[in-house]
Amino acid sequence: MSPEPEKEMKGKRDKPEKGSPVDRAGGESRRQEVDAAPAGEIRIGAFICNCGTNIAGFLDAKDVSDYARMLPNVVFSRENLFSCSEAGVTDIKNAIKEHKLNRVVVAACTPRTHEPLFRAACEEAGLNKFLFEFVNIREHCSWVHKGERDIATQKAKDLVRMGVARATRLEPKEEITTDVKRTALVIGGGISGLTCALSLARRGFMVTLVEREKELGGLLRYVNVLYPSGVSAGTFVASRIKEVKKSSRIEVLTSSTVQNVKGYIGDYVVSVSSKDRKSRDVNCGVIVVATGANQLVPEGHFGYDGKKVVSQLQLEGMLRQGKLKSKRIVMILCAGARIRERVYCSKICCMTSIKNATLIKKTVPGASVHLLYRDLQCYGVANEEAYLGAKAMGVRFVNYSLENPPVVENGRVRVSSPLSGREMSIETDLVVLASPLVPREGAEVVSRMLKVPLDENKFFLEAHVKLRPMDFATDGIYVCGTAHWPASVSESISQALGAASHASIPLTRGYVKVEPIVSELVDEEACRGCGMCAAVCPYGAVEIVETDKGPKARMIEVACKGCGVCAASCYKRAIGISHYTDEQLDAQVRAYLKGDE
Amino acid sequence: MLDAGRHPNIEILAYSEVESVKGRAGAFTAKVRRKARFINEELCNACGDCMAKCPRKVPDDFDMHLRDRRAVYLYFAQGIPAVATIDKDHCTYFEKGKCRLCERVCQKEAVDFEQKDKILNLSVDAIVVATGLDVFDPTPMTQYGYGRIKNVITGLEYERLINATGPTGGHLYRPSDGTLAKKVAYIQCVGSRDLNYCKHCSSVCCMYAIKDAMLAREHDVEANSHIFHTDFRNVGKWFQEYEQKGKDLYGINYVRGRVGEVQEDKDGNPVVWYEDTQKREVKSLTFDLVVLSVAAMPAKGSEELAKILGIELDDSGFVRVRAGEPADTSRPGIFSCGFCNGPVDIPESVSQASAAAMRVAETILPQVKVASG
Repeated sequence: MSPEPEKEMKGKRDKPEKGSPVDRAGGESRRQEVDAAPAGEIRIGAFICNCGTNIAGFLDAKDVSDYARMLPNVVFSRENLFSCSEAGVTDIKNAIKEHKLNRVVVAACTPRTHEPLFRAACEEAGLNKFLFEFVNIREHCSWVHKGERDIATQKAKDLVRMGVARATRLEPKEEITTDVKRTALVIGGGISGLTCALSLARRGFMVTLVEREKELGGLLRYVNVLYPSGVSAGTFVASRIKEVKKSSRIEVLTSSTVQNVKGYIGDYVVSVSSKDRKSRDVNCGVIVVATGANQLVPEGHFGYDGKKVVSQLQLEGMLRQGKLKSKRIVMILCAGARIRERVYCSKICCMTSIKNATLIKKTVPGASVHLLYRDLQCYGVANEEAYLGAKAMGVRFVNYSLENPPVVENGRVRVSSPLSGREMSIETDLVVLASPLVPREGAEVVSRMLKVPLDENKFFLEAHVKLRPMDFATDGIYVCGTAHWPASVSESISQALGAASHASIPLTRGYVKVEPIVSELVDEEACRGCGMCAAVCPYGAVEIVETDKGPKARMIEVACKGCGVCAASCYKRAIGISHYTDEQLDAQVRAYLKGDE
Repeated sequence: MLDAGRHPNIEILAYSEVESVKGRAGAFTAKVRRKARFINEELCNACGDCMAKCPRKVPDDFDMHLRDRRAVYLYFAQGIPAVATIDKDHCTYFEKGKCRLCERVCQKEAVDFEQKDKILNLSVDAIVVATGLDVFDPTPMTQYGYGRIKNVITGLEYERLINATGPTGGHLYRPSDGTLAKKVAYIQCVGSRDLNYCKHCSSVCCMYAIKDAMLAREHDVEANSHIFHTDFRNVGKWFQEYEQKGKDLYGINYVRGRVGEVQEDKDGNPVVWYEDTQKREVKSLTFDLVVLSVAAMPAKGSEELAKILGIELDDSGFVRVRAGEPADTSRPGIFSCGFCNGPVDIPESVSQASAAAMRVAETILPQVKVASG
């Protein structure tokens, strides 16, 4: 049974405990309360949750609680119907005070749902929240061992014993915070970069927009009209450029490229070199990659010569300048896409082709347009409507197969269409090839400098293909538009606003806060500065720095996610993870192996 | 979902509907009806004791009626908020005036049969519409035999069958006789790209059919799948690679061709009659199970919601967004994202959602003051 220490302790304390609001007193008094236990004495309270019948229905929670009380350093234990309830939480807080607990173990459900709650309870009772240990006896035990009551009870005891062993070795920790410079750098001045910069500026942040070319606007400068609105692409992008130039918060650096990037979220130093001015360092808190894509010049496909056989982008130019003279036009889709050398579908070429085919039918009297395709990608509402519209206007859609592609020769295109079963020979005076978007040449350089990955096609690789399409694994760097994957203008704008939204989170807060579960150089002597840790870190959170004692690893705490891959890769065992130290984990394993004593 | 549920700045009003919206951007008043659950949300912790005791069985909507739930229920296990609801229309107490077993077993005393709908008048600065989609009911397309042939099911029904937490524990037991389906057909564009029903392309079905066929193979090495498609629309990041993988590693047969009719043989097997448009032949194949990739359409009630909000819809019933501003509806201060704007996949929905959040921030939040220098 636990001793009753409060009687001895009473009188030694000069402060009333009950109802004393800890927050008002601030950090100092919190530590005093924790120190109320005799120095060096570990006093653990263990709380075993029944979770209604979710836990207690499948194992003997009372038995587990009685068992916990016998464990070393445990001075108090109790079972609750629901530890997460108001009553349960109050119970924990009172026990911390009454029994001078300096470690708390709750055996209940998953940390995903209730760890914040129990940590907060500890904090409110004056205990550092990292002196709390969560043991999962629901998902890890009762739910998976239904109908095996004895075994489940024994396993719950094992888990609690392990939790207690770790709790004994827990240390108080403080959260790590760093200030965020409230400025952003956007790389790329196409529609995505422009939209993103404007959005951030509207929120009040200073933005530096870096564009490699002489002028802003990106690929849209070469496009004729936008679909389905029919708005001139030039006019559309020009109005965004005008807004950007008007904004007092956006600094535009054209003919400029990023040369070097140092730092981490909140505090980047990016050196930008410009053709017409001298290089300078830009200090910023976040970086957005909007480097865009380019249309593949379809050299080597379907007799491309740039004159009689042109690309869609060239056709856009002809239409924009009113220079289209041809009347019998054949468009061939998937020119350089969805083939063995370039497997991906570029998503936008079908609609670009349908847009231009429709426009030609509308504006050139007597024109004929054949559109040779493999699969028409008219996904969604407007695209399918445009396709139906084009068919109604007389655009001829001819299906072809990869195995039997069209042949372009002397003013004719021969194609065999599996759908109609016919060989066709179409007379033509202009062949237009729809070729895919390919990443900009600079993407690799940007990727290396920012230490963010590219995929096998050299588009930027996001943190999660479904759930985090605009984030990188590295905090503080974001991606939008065709730098990430071919996208329509509307999709690019959504992504640009989305990237601005994610980037504005640390900018608005002005600080980044992370849990102190991060890697640390626990044995500086042992570190040889080999750089293996820096190479394997997915978050750019380790760097090798020169010190008096030679090259050493240095952890960028705010960038670290505590995954531990650096520690695992360190052959000198110089790196550890704080709050999951070798000693703590070792104690847990030993406690398990020891069994009941 | 869990993140949203836990976020200190998000208050979730589930089981609630917007009844009217007045005012303008920066000063809307939204009247919201919180429907009575007959369970105190503050007290309930979804332990499940009430559901274990409830005597009344009701076909489970979430499981596509493939199994029963109780009259007191959680819509699905991971739902947020994790709070039980009493289905008034099927509860024995509401029907006959006695029972209240749930009330007796609830250790949290959370059951409250006296609970009434509550009307909240919320003052909000901006509104985001994210009402998603509903799926097309293929019953009127009698050629596919849905509702008549037991082994013809919809994609969502299939999702429940193949799901480990579903009614069959993830085994593909077919409805007619409970035997394991090995030969499965997926029919694309059921109700989509069809001038009689939905003329739009639902965008996501080609990919989910491939995924479904892959899952069938992962659950059972003998599974053999055919996907009957027209244009095969796999346009997103790595989708072509995925399509290729389905063919090369999972042995999925992609057949270009619309299905004319599904018949049933004497053993209850669906027989798919189709035109192979690449070979221009009419053929038939017999399967154990047919899965219809039904059209995704605007959520039920979107028209009424559009009227309440005063926003425009397009001809297909999706929210009309402004050209060049894909998160803005026709009414200032009201934004929208996701499938309610038209068919989109998950990454696109996520980027649209973040875009809508940014437009809200731009519109209603005071600008952050940044000291110069």
